[in-house]
Parts: sequence; structure tokens; C-alpha cells
Amino acid sequence: MDKVNNRKILVCCGTGCLAHNSYQVYLEFKKKLEEDTNIDVRPIIKSTGCNGLCEKGPVVKILPDEISYFKVSVDDVDEIVEKTIKNYETVDRLLYFDVNSKKRIKSHKDASFYKGQLKIALRNIGEIDPLNIDDYIERDGYKALRKALNMSPEEIIREVELSGLRGRGGAGFPTGLKWKSCYQYKDYPKYVICNGDEGDPGAFMDRSIMEGDPNSIIEGMIICGYAIGAHKGFLYIRDEYDLALKNVQGAIENARERGFLGKNILNSGFDFDLEIVRGGGAFVCGESSALIASIEGDVGEPRAKYIRNVEKGLWDKPTVLNNVETWANIPPIIINGWQWFRKIGIEGNHGTKVFSLVGKVQNTGLVEVPMGTTLRELVYDIGGGIIGNRPFKAVQTGGPSGGCIPKEYLDISLDFDSLDQIGSMMGSGGVIVMDDTTCMVDVAKYYMDFLSEESCGKCTSCREGIKTMLDILKNITEGKGELEDIDLLLEIGETVRKASLCGLGKTAPNPVLTTLKYFRDEYIEHIVDKRCAAGVCKELTSYYIDSSQCIGCTICSQNCPVGAISGSLREPHVIDENICIKCGTCANKCPRQAVKIGGMKVEA
Amino acid sequence: MDHMYRELVHKYPKEKRYTLAMLQDIQRQNGFIPKEAMEYISEYLNLPMSHIYHLATFYKALSLKPKGKYVIKVCNGTACHIRGADSIKEELYNILGIKPGETTEDGLFSLEIVNCLGACALAPVIVIDNKYYGNLTKEELKSVIDQYKGAEIYG
Repeated sequence: MDKVNNRKILVCCGTGCLAHNSYQVYLEFKKKLEEDTNIDVRPIIKSTGCNGLCEKGPVVKILPDEISYFKVSVDDVDEIVEKTIKNYETVDRLLYFDVNSKKRIKSHKDASFYKGQLKIALRNIGEIDPLNIDDYIERDGYKALRKALNMSPEEIIREVELSGLRGRGGAGFPTGLKWKSCYQYKDYPKYVICNGDEGDPGAFMDRSIMEGDPNSIIEGMIICGYAIGAHKGFLYIRDEYDLALKNVQGAIENARERGFLGKNILNSGFDFDLEIVRGGGAFVCGESSALIASIEGDVGEPRAKYIRNVEKGLWDKPTVLNNVETWANIPPIIINGWQWFRKIGIEGNHGTKVFSLVGKVQNTGLVEVPMGTTLRELVYDIGGGIIGNRPFKAVQTGGPSGGCIPKEYLDISLDFDSLDQIGSMMGSGGVIVMDDTTCMVDVAKYYMDFLSEESCGKCTSCREGIKTMLDILKNITEGKGELEDIDLLLEIGETVRKASLCGLGKTAPNPVLTTLKYFRDEYIEHIVDKRCAAGVCKELTSYYIDSSQCIGCTICSQNCPVGAISGSLREPHVIDENICIKCGTCANKCPRQAVKIGGMKVEA
Repeated sequence: MDHMYRELVHKYPKEKRYTLAMLQDIQRQNGFIPKEAMEYISEYLNLPMSHIYHLATFYKALSLKPKGKYVIKVCNGTACHIRGADSIKEELYNILGIKPGETTEDGLFSLEIVNCLGACALAPVIVIDNKYYGNLTKEELKSVIDQYKGAEIYG
């Protein structure tokens, strides 16, 4: 009977699931179970953080039965209560369908999406109610803090250093070394900062941790504060992240009530408190010196870092600034010891990394894998391959600072150093999968457009260089490019990289340089043949129907928004180029792939 | 006029570091940052008006122009971009007759193109008044906008 009473229904209320009405599902469960007095089992319903597999939300988990239901709607609640809660039966149609094994799977843990994963930073997400501190404590929460308060600061720093943990925000600087340097400066007060200004397009791992397990970040920051001798910390969080702000604020208040924050923490005599600063929506504020300027009440412009933040950071005082995911790794390292952490991953890159696997991949979501996992494992085993089994073209990693990796490197090990070597970077962990319908010149243009908006304008090379690269790329995608443009792009890219002050400018040319390196043919096709094979650059695209393949089903002409397609039933159809607006609807709808993409001029 | 901002501004200590927070609160309350509000903060914090203006124009979350009743944010993150955010944008321009940063004449809608909203599984996604509309197609878009227009007419 005890076991029965401990049954829980966990309803994911991360941003992805909320958009699919998961909160209504949660309310319906609550209502249903309160109404139905025949149920002697009283399941506990919790709104949990993100389960990672956002594509299949809302996700509902039933414990300890270990049943996971996906795409649950309000209408399914009755059936789940009747069958699963009352009679211990599973509702098969809501189970996860594994695309690799072509089977429905009862527990999400057996799904290939979750199988290759190892959760450290995401250990609690989807398992606890982020606003219930007891849930966190039940899963070893604040145990690391208790242990740390009985250690000396040197011991803690040594533990982090030996673990081999490197900053998860992008550059991969050794965390222990950062703490140690800051510890050595005897200039007080010192500060601890959490960088929650996640801005890389296509990355949402920090958002999920802040929403789903805010206490792990808080605990990591308190431990650091104790180790370096700081009494105050700030969490700089993007203002757009409503739920993250709410949950972190709630967690701070809970932690204060329980004596984990505030004066004389757990009777150790150590004082520490945290404050949230809302970001203003500037990408450059993810850069540490810009972020610090923003907390101080200035515009977020970076400064030259001749003097590091560990010596003179916030208000010119020694400061440790780490990324959300880095903080979430600290408590398990303290509890399990550095040897445990060092064993995970590969030499020089220890532990796990959270990736947000997005784009043209079957299973979109958050994935945490040991460092050294290959790109192929990530995209195919965990991600389930490309949507519609189209050909893989590239992945983009590292956000606007990163690069595009072609299929030749599918077996590359995902770690800081390997990615660096081929001109991309780990960045915060966004992995954007692209297929043959993605145009690489357009991708480069997209990033230059993004960065030209986000450059703070302090350095001329960054402000003007990016804009000029964008203009050149625009010309190429509009059919006005010339072959010399390629050399010019390389030259400007090199200048921007060398002459800019901060990380944004220094890495800004990467998307252009890597696409030029690995997809030069595509640039040449745009420039010389005036053709975009992916059908993305509209000026360089035309559609025509291959009469040998057309079966005359009339689907294309029925769906054409401008009536540009003519032809009678069972006869080959024809697109009138003068009317066609190149929307591509016909190509998407054609059951026989008879609609072909041509260059600027119709070929057939 | 000043008393409008008094409560909002005085909630914070007289320290420069709260400038952004004050501006964000005003943005939230008014939908934009009026000149008078900047003057009030400048006086309260004893900082030059140029500093407040610098902040108000630097951060994207702040706007000097009034916004519409519903702010439509179109995500232009990479995942959305490669899953067709461009055609969503175009369609919105057609439906609303405005470009990013503009407001419709009836004051109902403002349009913003924003960087990644961190909801990539829903790509392409737009947000209207904190409600997410994911995996959008051009066809669905019109009915979403019509819902808001309808709500105006029929209450």
C-alpha cells in the first residue's frame, strides 16, 4: 500500500510543453483526481521542468510505474486515470514511438532518445517540481553545500580543479583555475555571477536548467562564494525568459527560508545572498565584461581584458563568472568527488555536455551526453536522423560564433578541442541540423544579419566589417555576386577576427569562413550558375515540372496560391514562370517529387 | 506627471545599477519609455539624461515608441530560420501591413522580430502576449491573427 500511495503523476510544464497546453492537462488531472472519490490512490501531480523531448510534448510521467506518455491532451486524462491509475494498464497509443526500433516503448528511459544520455547537469529536470525545495533536497539537494561547509576553501577549489570541469558557456576555460585565481586576490568584497543571458539562437539548455532545477545553480554559486570568500552573487537572466525568472526567484526565496541563503548559512558562520538582474535583450551581454557593465547600470559594451574579471570584475572587485550549466555541475562534483567526474568523457574534456538538438532532426530536444560522443551518435542514434529521411548536409554548432560542419566530419568527437580544430566551436551547445533544403550561403547571411544587429558598435572592424560581409552575401543570394567576392569575404573576415576587442567580433566571421571552407561549391553555384540548389534564395530559384514524372494528379494546381499551374487531369502540368511567386508550395505538396528546382532561369 | 513614475522608481535604492530595472518596469507598465520617465529617473539617480537615453536605446527590450495592444514576436532563431521563419514573416507583413518595429494604425498589433526564444522544438514559433504558437504554417497564421481581431470586435 505504501508503494501505491507514493505514485506520482509528473506533468512537464517547460516552455515547449506549456505551448502545447500542458498546464491545462495538469489542471485536468488535478480536477479529475479531486472529483473521483472512488480512487483510493492519491497520486501527486507536479509541474516539472523540461523533459528534453519538447517535440513530443506535453510529456506526462507516472512513477514508480516508469510510464511516459507523450503528446497528451486534455481529452486523454480520463483514459489515463481509468486505465493506468486505477487498473495499472498502459495507454499504448500515447507511448513513445521509437523511430529506430519501430516500436512503442513504455518507459522513456528505454527510448533511443534517452538511452545514450547521461544526466548530470539535467539530473533533476523533469523529476522534480522546481518550486518545491523538498523535491530537490530529496534528490541529494544541498548535500554538497553541507559537505563543502565542512571543507576548507582550498580543498573545494582543488576538487573542482582536479575534476577537469571546463566552463560550459563556450570557451571552455578550466573552472577550477578561475576559482583559484580569484581566491588568490585579497581584495574585498568579491562577487559570484551566473551568466543566464543565453542568447545563441538555437540554444535553450540554460533556459531549461533555470526553469527546471534552479536550486542546483543556487547551490553551486553558494559553494563558490564560500570557496573564494564572496558574500554576494548575481544571476543575470534574459528578460524574455519569464518562467526562468519566476522559478529562480522562487527558489532563492525558498532557499532563504531554509537557511541555505542569508546570514550564517547552516550555522557555519558564512553569509551569502543572491540577487537577480534582468537582462535588457542585448546579445553582446553574454560576453562577460559586457554583462558586468550591464549589472553596474551601464550599456553592455565589452572592455579589453588585459586585467581579468577574477582580479577586477564587478565594480572592479574580484569576480567569478560562470555559465548556468557550469554551476549546475558543481554540486555533483562536490558530492561524488573529482575522480568520479574525471572518469566521464575523454582526456582534457571531462564530464558531460548539454546540447540543444534542433533544426531538421526527428527528435528535437535537450540532450546531455558524455564529452567525446560523436556527432553521428548525437544526430542519428539520439536524434533519430533527419526529418523525412532527407540527406544530412551539415550541422551548425556554437551559435553565431561557431561554424558549419559538413558530413565528412560526422564522426568527429564532440568536445571543446576537436570542434575548435575544424573551425567551429562548442559554444553553449546549440546543434542545428541542416538537410539538403538548407542553403549554406543563406545560413552565412543569416548569421551576419544577426551579428550586424547585435554588434555593440564599439569596434569599427566589427561594426563595419560584419555589415560589409552581409552586403556581399546579400548580393550573392540575389544573383549579383562575382567570383572576387569570395576573396573579399575571406579578407574582411580575417580583419574582423584580428581587430575586434571581444568574443563577439573575434568569432563573428566563423559562419562565413567555415561555409566557404566546406561549401565553396555552393557559393560558386550561386555566383556563376545563378542557382540555389536548396531553393532558398528566391531570386536564384525557379520551379518547373518534370513532365516524365508528373502524373497529373492536380494537387499542385489546387494548392498554388496564385494559379500559376495549368494542366488537365492525368496530363503533365506546367508552371507559368511569369505568374509564379516561388513560394515552393507545389514542390512540397507533389506526391511524386516531380516539381524540380531550377536556377534563375527555367531550364526545362 | 511625475507621480506616475514615483512608485515605480522609488521602489529601488538610489543607485545607478538599478537604472535598467527601472526602465524595464516602466516599459512593462506603459509599453514604452516616455521622455518624462527618463527625466524622472535622471533626476532621481542624479545621472545625466544622456546616460538614461543611451540605455533606453541600447537595449532591445526597451522602446521609445508606444506599442500596440498585442505585441507579436516572431522568433528568428536559427532553428526557426531554417524551418521557414522567413515565410511566416512575409505572411505577417501581408496580413498586418506593417514591418518590424511598426504598429498597426488601429493600435492593435506591433510586430517584432526577436532572436531565439529558446523554444526551438516549436520552430517556427511566434509569441503573442506571452502565448506561444508553435510549428506554425502560413495557413494557421491567419486564423491566429483573426482570433485576436475577433476578440476585439466581440469582446
